[in-house]
Amino acid sequence: MVDLGTSDEISPPRDGRRHALLYHVVLCLASIAMLYPLLWMLASSFKPDSDIFGDASLWPRHFSLAAYWRGWSGLQVTFGKFFLNSLVVSLCSVVGNVMSCSLAAYAFARLKFRGQKFWFALMLGTLMLPYHVTLIPQYILFLNLDWVDTFLPLIVPKFLAVDAFFIFLLVQFFRSIPRELDEAAMIDGCGPWRIYWIVILPLSIPALATAAIFTFIWTWDDFFGPLIYLNDMNSYTVQLGLRSFVDSTGKSDWGALFAMSTLTLLPLFVFFLFFQRLLIDGIATMG
Amino acid sequence: MADTLIDAPASRQALAAAHAPETSWRESATGYLFLAPWLIGFFGLTLGPALVSLYLSFTDYDLLSNPRWVGAANYVRIATSDPKFSAAMHVTFLYVVLSVPLKLAFALLVAMMLNRGLRGLPLYRAIFYLPSLIGASVAVSVLWRQVFAGDGLLNQALKLVGIHGPSWISNPDTALYTLVALAVWQFGSPMIIFLAGLRQIPKDVYEAAEIDGASRSQQFWRITLPLLTPVLFFNVVVQTIDAFKAFTPAFIISGGTGGPIDATLFYTLYLYQEAFAYFRMGYASALAWVLVVIIAVFTALSFLSSRYWVHYDG
Repeated sequence: MVDLGTSDEISPPRDGRRHALLYHVVLCLASIAMLYPLLWMLASSFKPDSDIFGDASLWPRHFSLAAYWRGWSGLQVTFGKFFLNSLVVSLCSVVGNVMSCSLAAYAFARLKFRGQKFWFALMLGTLMLPYHVTLIPQYILFLNLDWVDTFLPLIVPKFLAVDAFFIFLLVQFFRSIPRELDEAAMIDGCGPWRIYWIVILPLSIPALATAAIFTFIWTWDDFFGPLIYLNDMNSYTVQLGLRSFVDSTGKSDWGALFAMSTLTLLPLFVFFLFFQRLLIDGIATMG
Repeated sequence: MADTLIDAPASRQALAAAHAPETSWRESATGYLFLAPWLIGFFGLTLGPALVSLYLSFTDYDLLSNPRWVGAANYVRIATSDPKFSAAMHVTFLYVVLSVPLKLAFALLVAMMLNRGLRGLPLYRAIFYLPSLIGASVAVSVLWRQVFAGDGLLNQALKLVGIHGPSWISNPDTALYTLVALAVWQFGSPMIIFLAGLRQIPKDVYEAAEIDGASRSQQFWRITLPLLTPVLFFNVVVQTIDAFKAFTPAFIISGGTGGPIDATLFYTLYLYQEAFAYFRMGYASALAWVLVVIIAVFTALSFLSSRYWVHYDG
């Protein structure tokens, strides 16, 4: 629908200098307003508890890491365990999604087989289906398989390409790779598997990276899945750990709560800093 | 060797014909092999469960005893005598109707400002996009709860100008608006899509309009908005469906209850409570199918109406 119109070249200003200045002032104020809560949370996580309330400043008067220590082991299980769990679930999901979705996308974009159009239409149809209709039977299925309180209900669906959205993204990308490359490889004696592995995948690194990063972020952020499938605190992901922490501290220890909140956002910030371009181009192509 | 190849086009064709069914069978097999993970997922985790949940929606099922067929009773109860369902519908529709237009208005406004060829575009774009990226986290909902609490950040700021604000979160009249604000705060991803759309509009259209003496607002209503309608359409559909499915912020801010007095009882939160707090799996399945119908009707209406307001010829 929309081409990647996100290059950073600056078109000649159609407004005068004064207008530009006005826009900068408005945009700067808006940026500050939007980021203020986040920066305030970061600052508050370093403030001693007595300083958080009645202090809207972004610079702690007294630096203290105490809130981090309190928060890290504020529950029976430390946040270290939650981070490890989240990391395992997210990384497995990334591997599963990239593998299974790229296989399906290759079949749709490059191979010919009977019923291809039919399956493609069905795949697009699943994009529209809210997950709520599959939720309860899936839960019953995983309960009967004895998978509740393991990571399997969160990971296995990723290996079965349930996120059709990524298949669609990769199909679009694979189609843009020139067919001549496949044909050249075929003349060299490559079958479809080798073409997939040595031609298509290496040329699709940007698309695969986009899929990988979005999978990681969405899995890291996922709250609903872990909420349903993980009951034992030892298997909690960071989102569940944080929620338990809210419940157990209530309003009593905002410092520790902010410290742990900041930590759970940290991986997302790292991705944001390093892969901003891929993320923004990814969003723009989704249109 | 060379001779046989050259003078054998006919036999080659015959050979190809003889092999055609076999190769196409092989090709098909390869295709299905690549598709196998998706097919297993489609039947095992999507189509199968969807059919089972359709069946369950006509039953009473608590996970312990076998499902008991009750006919359309669940749907009848939803339609006629479930005050919680009405409350959830009210809250969810209000949330959709308020958050989607506001979010898209902000997204478009900021995208248009950024499209003026300002310096520092990548930086602004990144800053405005950040909330969309992290917005689904529990951490952000936790922060939101603090910002709008009685002694929270917002009221501290209001105190500076002499206003004594209420506790926005625990007041049933304002609780939903804090969630709307959270949604609007995440206007970054539709903004990026608008920005990509704005860049597709050729500059010379505006130049021609300027020569003809069109004012800024005329240019917006006659050029920008009509040419942007395909992107607007996409954003409306995607954001509305997302808003219907919102869950985490309402869960965290209300502590899982949907309170105060059901003021934040999002539809999905109600569905979650029925299924996983009360284990009324049959009733929850019916709720899920009602949600599908609502989303399907909305999507169908959007597509039907699009011929009257979406311009694809741009």
